[in-house]
Amino acid sequence: MPTEPLFRPISAATEPFIDVEFDGRPLKVPGQGSVASALLAAGVPRFRSTPVSGAPRAPYCMMGVCFECLLEIDGVPNAQACLLQVQPGMKIRSQEGARHAA
Amino acid sequence: MQLESVDVAVVGAGPAGLAAAATAAELGLSVALLDEQAHPGGQIYRDVTRAGVDRLQVLGDDYAAGRALVERFTQSTARHVGGASVWNITRERVIHYLKDGRSQSITAGQVILCTGAMERPFPIPGWTLPGVMTAGAAQILLKSAGLAPAQPVVLAGCGPLLYLLAWQYLRAGVRIGAIVDTTQRGDYLRALRHVGGAVAGWREVRKGLGLIRRIRGAGIPFYRGATELAVEGSERAEALRFRMGATSHRVQTDLVLLHQGVVPNNQITASLRLAHRWDERQLCWVPQTDAWGRLALDGFLIAGDGRGISGGTAAALQGELAALAAAHSAARLPEPERDRAAEPLRSALRRQLHIRPFLDTLYRPKLQHRVPADEVIACRCEEVSAGELRRSVALGCTGPSQTKAFSRCGMGPCQGRLCGLTVTEVIAQARGVSPAEVGHYRIRPPIKPITLDELAAL
Repeated sequence: MPTEPLFRPISAATEPFIDVEFDGRPLKVPGQGSVASALLAAGVPRFRSTPVSGAPRAPYCMMGVCFECLLEIDGVPNAQACLLQVQPGMKIRSQEGARHAA
Repeated sequence: MQLESVDVAVVGAGPAGLAAAATAAELGLSVALLDEQAHPGGQIYRDVTRAGVDRLQVLGDDYAAGRALVERFTQSTARHVGGASVWNITRERVIHYLKDGRSQSITAGQVILCTGAMERPFPIPGWTLPGVMTAGAAQILLKSAGLAPAQPVVLAGCGPLLYLLAWQYLRAGVRIGAIVDTTQRGDYLRALRHVGGAVAGWREVRKGLGLIRRIRGAGIPFYRGATELAVEGSERAEALRFRMGATSHRVQTDLVLLHQGVVPNNQITASLRLAHRWDERQLCWVPQTDAWGRLALDGFLIAGDGRGISGGTAAALQGELAALAAAHSAARLPEPERDRAAEPLRSALRRQLHIRPFLDTLYRPKLQHRVPADEVIACRCEEVSAGELRRSVALGCTGPSQTKAFSRCGMGPCQGRLCGLTVTEVIAQARGVSPAEVGHYRIRPPIKPITLDELAAL
């Protein structure tokens, strides 16, 4: 669930916000940047849990290397949220435990 | 199916890739530049042509300087293929990549790999918690989305990027709770042995010292010589704990940014089974090349940090040199012209490399933060601890491929990118041999996860 965001915009200039869905609830996020940056700015602290112990995880590298930001986006599991541009209407789900590629 | 074919394919659109692609195109070769990001710039010049005045102001002149390179590339005939994740390159130079949800292929006479660097792993207690990120990750958020920490942030570790980010945050008016620096007095003394190189690269050193002076002048708590870093928290980061000599410290924060240098991202050269050597000064694997950046496989070259860490300016020079060599191999640039064009590039590159021994020695990451205690997680994906690796070694495992079979270490989605160096060093220490003797993971394609649907579209 969204809490106080870890990151916020440096500029006071109003960024265009867009509507997405996160874990079944509507969420307003900055419309610029990746899915990962948008969720971090909207106060999503936890992106997934690990398949092994269920430990909480969130983006670590933001450059496609660590695979910690894996989410289910528009029905596709294992999406690297840091590499995908955020789009209005995206249906995003946190990824709990193991997901196998189709 | 007719494969698209080009004279030169470049992988990675950072300074090395942009310079290589532009140079090759300017010499009349057909060039495709494949990059995982939507826009050119790599990580160092990430989104540089899209950043507004505010952001350029905060990020500084060295970042803004990347615009010239992107512009040179854009004005060349080289084709930019953004949003392309390369998942396999064959030894016959067929490149398979994912773009827009389907796999596509291109074949090239020459392949110039410019895959750059990634953050060195920083395995300490609690480093997997949400709210712990790399300094590089936070800088990417600043460059690509104009985002900065909302609450006082703690920066921990060592290296130029850590101080640069602190300086950029100061310019943006971001509150920094503390800088916890692992550099010790002894590191300065050891680095002074390389002071000749530091004098040759004095402009860079002065810039770095200026950054640190301004950070300290801003009244931010600055702990120098910190040891035993550990992040506390259960569901997310709550504090950073560390020691200063005999004293234990704890700084409360919900965001810890870690950094202890960058290392080559060599997933592609490893998957091509190319020879790598262990660089004891940079504590990483580097692919073996000649002075042009040619690899030991016909038609393959490498430039930039993927070839050993040397920084963005050096990367661009290496990119140009690799492109000259590629053009010569393609019989499009006679040897005398190639060598004439290379000469000023080589001397500029030498000037850039002078400072590396000094920097590598001063900011050598600490053993305790590379080869962690038993309870610390080494492999984030499969949650394998350093202790499990050591137990595998006690049972007779001698290298990363064997500990992988025993513990699944390195078998998760990151395919050993984040744990490779840690695993090699933990095994080496447990066996009492050098990392060179232990070796590195065998990397097999696909080097990016690909689904059957994506493959079916091939």
